[in-house]
Amino acid sequence: MRRFLSLALLCFLLLGATLTAQAQTDTANNSGSDNTGANDSAALELLEALDVESYTAKGEAITAILQSDDERARDWLQALLDGRLQRTEDGRFVLVLENRGRDWPVADVLTGEALGEMSRRDLERIGINNNLRNQLRSAIAVVDLYSPNVERRRTSAERLLGEVDGELVPTLDDLIEQEEDEQVRYRLTQAVAIYRAEAGEMAGVEALDGSLHPRSRVALSRAANSDDPIVANAAAASLAGIEQQLKLNRGLETLYFGLSLGSVLVLAAIGLAITFGVMGVINMAHGELMMLGAYTTWAMQQLLPGQPGLALILSIPAGFMVAALAGVAIERGVIQFLKGRPLETLLATFGISLILQQLVRTVISPLNRTVITPEWMSGSLVVNDALSLTLNRMVVLGFALVVFAGLMLIMRRTRLGLEVRAVTQNRAMARSMGIRATRVDIMTFALGSGVAGLAGVALSQLTNVGPNLGQNYIIDSFMVVVFGGVGNLWGTLVAGLSLGVINQVLEPWAGAVLAKIIVLVFIILFIQKRPRGLFPQKGRAAEG
Amino acid sequence: MNTLKRSTHPHRFLSSGRFATALLTAAVMGASTQAIAQDDDPIKVGILHSLSGTMAISETVLKDTVEMLIEQQNEAGGLLGRQLEAVVVDPASNWPLFAERARELLAQEEVDVIFGNWTSVSRKSVLPVVEELNGLLFYPVQYEGEESSENVFYTGAAPNQQAIPAVEYLINEVGIERFALVGTDYVYPRTTNRILEAFLKDEHGIADEDIMVNYTPFGHSDWQNIVAEIRRFGEEGKPTAVISTVNGDANVPFYTELSNQGIDAADIPVIAFSVGEQELTGIDTAPLVGHLAAWNYFMSVDNDDNYDFIDAWIEYTGDDMAVTNDPMEAHYIGFNMWAEAVRKAGTTDVDTVKDAIIGVTVPNLSGGYAAMMPNHHITKPVLIGEIQDNGQFDIVWQTPSTVAGDAWSDYLPGSRDLIADWRKPMECGNFNVVNGSCGGSTAAEEAEAALAE
Repeated sequence: MRRFLSLALLCFLLLGATLTAQAQTDTANNSGSDNTGANDSAALELLEALDVESYTAKGEAITAILQSDDERARDWLQALLDGRLQRTEDGRFVLVLENRGRDWPVADVLTGEALGEMSRRDLERIGINNNLRNQLRSAIAVVDLYSPNVERRRTSAERLLGEVDGELVPTLDDLIEQEEDEQVRYRLTQAVAIYRAEAGEMAGVEALDGSLHPRSRVALSRAANSDDPIVANAAAASLAGIEQQLKLNRGLETLYFGLSLGSVLVLAAIGLAITFGVMGVINMAHGELMMLGAYTTWAMQQLLPGQPGLALILSIPAGFMVAALAGVAIERGVIQFLKGRPLETLLATFGISLILQQLVRTVISPLNRTVITPEWMSGSLVVNDALSLTLNRMVVLGFALVVFAGLMLIMRRTRLGLEVRAVTQNRAMARSMGIRATRVDIMTFALGSGVAGLAGVALSQLTNVGPNLGQNYIIDSFMVVVFGGVGNLWGTLVAGLSLGVINQVLEPWAGAVLAKIIVLVFIILFIQKRPRGLFPQKGRAAEG
Repeated sequence: MNTLKRSTHPHRFLSSGRFATALLTAAVMGASTQAIAQDDDPIKVGILHSLSGTMAISETVLKDTVEMLIEQQNEAGGLLGRQLEAVVVDPASNWPLFAERARELLAQEEVDVIFGNWTSVSRKSVLPVVEELNGLLFYPVQYEGEESSENVFYTGAAPNQQAIPAVEYLINEVGIERFALVGTDYVYPRTTNRILEAFLKDEHGIADEDIMVNYTPFGHSDWQNIVAEIRRFGEEGKPTAVISTVNGDANVPFYTELSNQGIDAADIPVIAFSVGEQELTGIDTAPLVGHLAAWNYFMSVDNDDNYDFIDAWIEYTGDDMAVTNDPMEAHYIGFNMWAEAVRKAGTTDVDTVKDAIIGVTVPNLSGGYAAMMPNHHITKPVLIGEIQDNGQFDIVWQTPSTVAGDAWSDYLPGSRDLIADWRKPMECGNFNVVNGSCGGSTAAEEAEAALAE
């Protein structure tokens, strides 16, 4: 990687002067149309050199582009890196503006003129491999150090961490002096310090004290092996401090992982907490209701191509409705005839779950469907150099809490909630008070099923949308409900989150397989001791 | 003749209640009835792929592939002047059921050949049945090796045709020094990783602390911790790569987590042995660009035979976006090899075909040839591809020539001394060259062990 950087720097020193010169002449030289014509043929030649089989030759072509004084060089390199630099059948180089769907809007690379939409079959991409990708990034990073755009300078400075070599240091020192942005300056200083620390210089070691970036740590551990005992001791001391900090961050990270896994468990289980916990119906098809919610998200995204975010938001009510309707159909069609016969209900709903799975396989496809994650849910929120929280999971965590709060509200504050509680506590009494128990049954089951649909919508962002989606969660859901205490929503929340955290704490040292087994054994033992779960229901209702 | 005709209707037959008797009769009459049947009856091709359950995602397309190949063969006039007929059964991703269905295909339907199986455990389950009833099974998926059965032809890659070259690519071309071996917890990843660990340590002197091994359950969906561990593993200053034998469904959340935690292919490339075009249809591949896969075929191979195959496949499925993948090519090769062997032998008789097929050479889809070796494995080129944002692979490296499949790994202590050669006079799947003895078939015990897990 360093090789690329030195090369890029070399090119850039040539380019740097011309760029500034260019900026000056640009305003003065607006009439130079014949000049751009000559430029274009040279530019075409540069691009032409990219369209070769060998990756080594492509690498050389990239260097040539960097060395050229064409001000569009950066755009070309970026386009090449993004796979948007393509060629039409008649040999014209085009920039693909949007590569979703079958026809892509394109623009001419040289003139920037929009060329309308083209079929992807008529376009040929200039391919790159990982080595070239690294080379391009380094090249762009060096060019971007001089960019007027602060964002670009930040990314560029970040990229330089651990990649600085001796030749680059004086340039960077100059840049640090001129730099106005705090963050860029910090990163550049750090980048230089990493180089110095690795070279065994005291200044570098001192500058890196307290930095959590992995590159700093590597540099410090190298410095700790330095021949100079003073440097080595200082590096070792900073390293110890950093390790301490990292441990703390790792703990926070594990906690986040646990809460996130827990939130998935809560989402999957909370619908069941209503149908199974409150109504006492063992619904083995609960997982398939989640699957329906996930497929609704997929269908929504198919209906609204290009707007995955909007589709996802619309899927929330749609997924709820689809799953709720399916739930009502199951309740009316099967479960109501099996009231009070749990074993039959279990078998019948298990059958339904298989039917639903195979139905999806036959009607839609046995293959998984692609659900796109919207831009605002991808990536992670960077807290510090050692801790960043993934956004999709954070959204799901928030969503789980909102769903939980909503359900609590419905159960505590609405008439439906009151009726549900009345019917489950004493069906005969509730009926004699004028509550239509059958209607309440339907509504409750629809509510529980609808929440399963919501879980499905959320899961579509985390895992596969396929016929097996539900199967993977049904056991966990029952586990959470039973562990939390049947009939208690708070229990489900606490049980889900704590099982998630326990699982993630165990996983690093026990492995994923063993961690799952340990959790299961723990629950079995717990249920032996407290058969009614964490939060048993109190009062006569519980005896019934 | 009468028995045979009746036995082709299993349901009526079962209800007649003389199942066992006729089964026996059929078995005894096996050879003679076949000779009688040969002239008029169609040749029966059994297809043993799961059409429901967890493996349906991968295996359904293979069923369709064989059906397409049969259709093409029939259009070209059939085989030996007879038409081919597909007999499809659904083992429903249930490993013991694979053995039952295989028995049904061989004993009741009396198929001449079977194309089937995906998972190793299902193959182990079927093994004793095809050996007992002397069937022919073409197995199209890359697998862990350490097996060679008289009745099975392995048209997928053995570890030396996929895993070993892939690791050499990482070391020699990419300069990787640290390896995370991440896999699903079952026989293929465990054996492959055992071979790779031995290979990395013995052949390349990679230290213990530079190898991390991790197993996850089937369909694992919460990868946060493992990906964080991989990230930390890669932050020690040495170029790091992940070698993934993660199976099927679990890949989507794995790759999603990788990209969300900001691990880019340029930092820590993941090379996968079980992720192909089919698996990528369920993923938004934009964040995965640059991650690698090692196969013996990619849909993006630039070759006329391949384009013909893709066109035929798209036409057959009626789906413009249908993709082809490595196990499909393996069936293409296996089917053509079997057809060629039948033509050469002039009969579909199992024993004759089994002898005739060794040495048969047919074109593969990447512009070369595949030959059936005496150990029942075939020669294949090894290709390394980088994932593109359109769900296809860009081939970045390939072996200069084809590699012959090695049934017994050279890097494991027990298997180093074993060879397989089904030609006369050796006819042994596990001949020990040190003490000069043949171990004989262990299919029954292995099936039992695999199913017990």
